[in-house]
Amino acid sequence: MPAPILEVTNLVKNYGDVQAVRGVSFNVEEGEVFGLLGPNGAGKTTTVEILEGLRTLDAGSVRVCGLDPQVSSRELKHEIGASLQSTSLPDKLRVMEALRLFASFYKRRRDPEELLKRFGLDEKRNAYYSKLSGGQKQRLALAMALVNDPRVLFLDEPTAGLDPQVRREIYDIIEELRRDKKTILMTTHYIEEAERLCDRVAIVDHGKVIALGSPRELKQRSGGKTRIEVKLARPANNGSLQGLEGVADVREVDGTYVLHTQRPPQTIVSLVKHLEAEGNELVSLEIATPSLEDVFIEMTGRRLRD
Amino acid sequence: MRNFTSLTRMRIQLAMRNKMFFFFSVVFPLVMFFVFSGIFAKSYPRRVRFFLGPVIALNVMGSFWGLSAMLVMFREQGILRRFHVTPVTATDMLASSILANYVLTLPTVFLELLFARMIFHVNTFGDPLALFVLVTVGTVSFASLGLVVASITNTMQETQVLNQLLWLPLIFLSGATLPMGYLPKSAQNLSVFLPATYLVSGLQNSVFSSFPLRKILVQLVALAVWALLSFFVAAQLFRWEPEVKVPRRAKLWAAATVLPFFFFGIWESHNRQMLDQAQAAFHSAEEPDPNPAPKVVTPSIQTIPNSRRARPQP
Repeated sequence: MPAPILEVTNLVKNYGDVQAVRGVSFNVEEGEVFGLLGPNGAGKTTTVEILEGLRTLDAGSVRVCGLDPQVSSRELKHEIGASLQSTSLPDKLRVMEALRLFASFYKRRRDPEELLKRFGLDEKRNAYYSKLSGGQKQRLALAMALVNDPRVLFLDEPTAGLDPQVRREIYDIIEELRRDKKTILMTTHYIEEAERLCDRVAIVDHGKVIALGSPRELKQRSGGKTRIEVKLARPANNGSLQGLEGVADVREVDGTYVLHTQRPPQTIVSLVKHLEAEGNELVSLEIATPSLEDVFIEMTGRRLRD
Repeated sequence: MRNFTSLTRMRIQLAMRNKMFFFFSVVFPLVMFFVFSGIFAKSYPRRVRFFLGPVIALNVMGSFWGLSAMLVMFREQGILRRFHVTPVTATDMLASSILANYVLTLPTVFLELLFARMIFHVNTFGDPLALFVLVTVGTVSFASLGLVVASITNTMQETQVLNQLLWLPLIFLSGATLPMGYLPKSAQNLSVFLPATYLVSGLQNSVFSSFPLRKILVQLVALAVWALLSFFVAAQLFRWEPEVKVPRRAKLWAAATVLPFFFFGIWESHNRQMLDQAQAAFHSAEEPDPNPAPKVVTPSIQTIPNSRRARPQP
């Protein structure tokens, strides 16, 4: 088996007193779409920026395409493509000019014309960057990341801040890249995104990897149990809910009771009976099929979003 | 090298699409040219030629203003960050800024010379080679100052404040607005420590006094040394990321760029060659014109309206 294209071993990065990354390790194989899933501030972007050679590390080691970004940053940059978070282009740069400009920086190049067509920007070729919509800007960012036909692609929050329809557009593009066997490291705080796009996911929280595996493995690890979220008029005690039929575990997350159960119908019936007996009332009830969110709640006792 | 040329082309394209650039780099210098030539020089060819030095100096010095603002804006908006994940280096980025700025400055200088000849009948500009070399070295050195300003300020506000603080002494204490002859002795003594003085002096010596290249070497060398040092410092302090603030050592580095003119200033304070030359030129410009241009027999009043008509619509 060939060496992994990305190797991250016990990576540590501090900003002053803040430990942004605290011993992260993972490998990414060639042709794999690997996701770093976690809330904002979990250290995902810092990890990616160290791999891209934009930041120095404090401890541990990383290798990208067999190169050390600290040492061979120049060489490395020919091999990688990146779409960054919070970046921009000059307002009055035209779409085609941007692609041509960035293509000119590399030894290995793809035809900007072809990229323009593939990313549906052909009609916008002469538009100023400032006149593009959010989705068009993101498509251009992806096209620009591919302009050197990179061996590994870094996508930092590729759909953050986009509306749902545009987000699906971006998903389609990434899925196409996945079919082409492009190696991708992406970060996201959207569960659906990680589940849908990634071959493997590392769930990151407070600078640490708390779970790693394919989305299916991770979900199975939480037992394939259905999640029932209920809000009650008055607080109940966890112990009493734990005793309901089929319930494997109960947690209170931000005032909502999260029950994991293998037998949802029975659990709901017994929940309603229990509340009646207690004189308590159901304010809301939500049923969710198992997702990576459950893994996160199980590991941290918190929700991923917000 | 290819990165450098592509970036230079981009910067030139962007500047041409920017109205602010057009105003500050083309309209404003030309307005200054007509104010100096038409009003201060009263359209006398000899005096127009005297004021050409300061006018070109103002044009050339303006480089640092736009360049620092542009670079800080690029950094604040995360544009530099995007370039950072490509093989582009800090030197590519900085050197292309300077070259683009130079290419964009030349046409305005050329227009000033052209108008001086066609409208104000200035029939010679001294040694053209000396003028060209001075404009080149001057533009590069003041552009480098802009790069240093960008590297020691965090936000656009800070940049503009620092630009203001630099601009006023540079234009008022160097002979660029008020001729050196009008300045009090104390101001003159101070002026030899300012790079602008060397630029104005060099330009005036070459355009007005027709000095050849070898007689303005001091000015050229002083500006060139300063340009190299400033560029080096700017490259050391270059920051791609908006979050990375000015490091403390930056202040020391920036202070180092003052050194060349500190030493040249001390030296110039002793031999006073530049100040004497400025004085001589000033008096010479006040003398009656030995060969007045045929059309300008009566002073100013009639010629100004003509020159106004000849001015291109901005």
